[in-house]
Amino acid sequence: MNLYAMRAIYLFEMARAGRTVLQSIVAPVLSTTLYFIVFGAAIGSRMQEIDGVSFGSFIVPGLIMLSLLTQSISNASFGIYFPKFTGTIYEVLSAPVSPLEIVVGYVGAAATKSIILALIILATAGLFVPIEIQHPFWMLLFLVLTAVTFSLFGFIIGIWADGFEKLQLVPLLIVTPLTFLGGSFYSISMLPPVWQKVALLNPVVYLVSGFRWSFFGTADVHLGVSLAMTLVFLIACLGATIWIFRTGYRLKN
Amino acid sequence: MLPHAEIWVRCCINLAETSFASANIGIMQNIISVANLSKVYASGFEALKDVNLDIRRGEIFALLGPNGAGKTTLISIICGLVNPSTGRVLADGHDVVTEYRAARSRIGLVPQELTTDAFETVLATVTFSRGLFGKPPNPAHIEKILRELSLWDKKDSRLRTLSGGMKRRVMIAKALSHEPEILFLDEPTAGVDVELRRDMWEVVRQLRESGVTIILTTHYIEEAEEMADRIGVIHRGRIILVEEKAELMRKLGKKQLTLQLLEPLAAIPDGLDAYGLQLGDEGNELVYSYDDADVEQKGIADVLRALGAAGIHFKDLQTSQRSLEEIFVSLVSERS
Repeated sequence: MNLYAMRAIYLFEMARAGRTVLQSIVAPVLSTTLYFIVFGAAIGSRMQEIDGVSFGSFIVPGLIMLSLLTQSISNASFGIYFPKFTGTIYEVLSAPVSPLEIVVGYVGAAATKSIILALIILATAGLFVPIEIQHPFWMLLFLVLTAVTFSLFGFIIGIWADGFEKLQLVPLLIVTPLTFLGGSFYSISMLPPVWQKVALLNPVVYLVSGFRWSFFGTADVHLGVSLAMTLVFLIACLGATIWIFRTGYRLKN
Repeated sequence: MLPHAEIWVRCCINLAETSFASANIGIMQNIISVANLSKVYASGFEALKDVNLDIRRGEIFALLGPNGAGKTTLISIICGLVNPSTGRVLADGHDVVTEYRAARSRIGLVPQELTTDAFETVLATVTFSRGLFGKPPNPAHIEKILRELSLWDKKDSRLRTLSGGMKRRVMIAKALSHEPEILFLDEPTAGVDVELRRDMWEVVRQLRESGVTIILTTHYIEEAEEMADRIGVIHRGRIILVEEKAELMRKLGKKQLTLQLLEPLAAIPDGLDAYGLQLGDEGNELVYSYDDADVEQKGIADVLRALGAAGIHFKDLQTSQRSLEEIFVSLVSERS
């Protein structure tokens, strides 16, 4: 194991976040605060409680998931795309590092950043609405699993993308809609029966449901199903990453 | 066992031991060994065709070739940036594909393009490189490299604020950060001013003295002529020549003796035909072309004696040698 290399990549990526603290931390916190002002204070006060939880509190897990997904993808995709774009990737490819070490370095740093961000957003939410976490262990487990899975997904997008447009394409056109439609701001039981079935095709439903369960003990789908679906997506991303390094796809000629 | 059979077996064992020993010496001497290497890109372009090349430990090897000849592809395969189609490369005895950790940790690469992390500082980027190549932190070594490359004053500068020449030095510092035994310099002085080029040659010489093997690609022939111990010429994906520089210059470096005549000649007089003389400058110059073999046979002395005997006098003379550049151009154009 080339531990020094993993450490070097990890610290390099963390240092990049330190330089872009406005973009990495302040911007997501600000946008989450805006969500709370709009949905929590302005509209939320006129909404009914959902499963015995006030609307303001109910949307906290969904909002954290929204940030966790988008930030994991953008951190990891940018982290690997930028060296490809500038050409500095030559150094990583010519170094005595295994694909696993490269992935641990880049994906580990991206996941760390988005977990830190999620915890900051959680603390920010605590300023606006009462929050209780019934199952802290499960909360952390879903947080880490989702961060790692979507950082891996971002890493794959970063390798696939051959322009800044493509880098934005998947998060904007696929992930954001799936997150909004995945029950971030509502329980899917509020949907008409047909749409409830359709919603189950959306992987984000399982993530939000499991995560919300760890807060309030209520869920749209069974906890085990949520966990299993998260793991399935994690394994799919791992498989794609292994394939990328085996074939040298978009990395080596 | 019959006596002669025993002798035969002993001979075989001795022979086997001898060839094993010489094979070992071969491995020890050659720090890089490229065998039957070919590369066909997905586009169908055949960048390398059955390349065989050995680089000796401790030498400066210059790889010359026109643009698109395959220089960068060859280096990229050795360093792990491009997958070979067929063939094998050993770096210090380690296969660059199957034993990539051992091979790559011995190699430093300075690529042709100035690719740097614009927002990093010099010290941070060089420290990163050392970690990436699996070496524990060693601030003293990093400081030594930065001082040698006159970068220490700039250690806290962000890379985007540096000039092109300084960035090139940073890339060399990055490549040296993990104390490699083999250093690849791909067009190290492209776009670098004359003064910096001389500085860089000095750095390369010092590295060689410290035991680092250096492989540089260039299309500045002057650079190869100045620095290299051996020269390889690559053209259209094939190595067409590998030779000691001195030997190459001796073999192919034709010399010329030019005599400025006191009185112009209309034609070369009879009796001087054997020397292949040529008239130039409207009969005011006489040019004699020769090589080292002629020197050994006292060619110049014979020519001068013959001229004296024919009553041809000169007021001045000069000799010149065909440069490596002219040799290179003629080699490549012969093959085209």
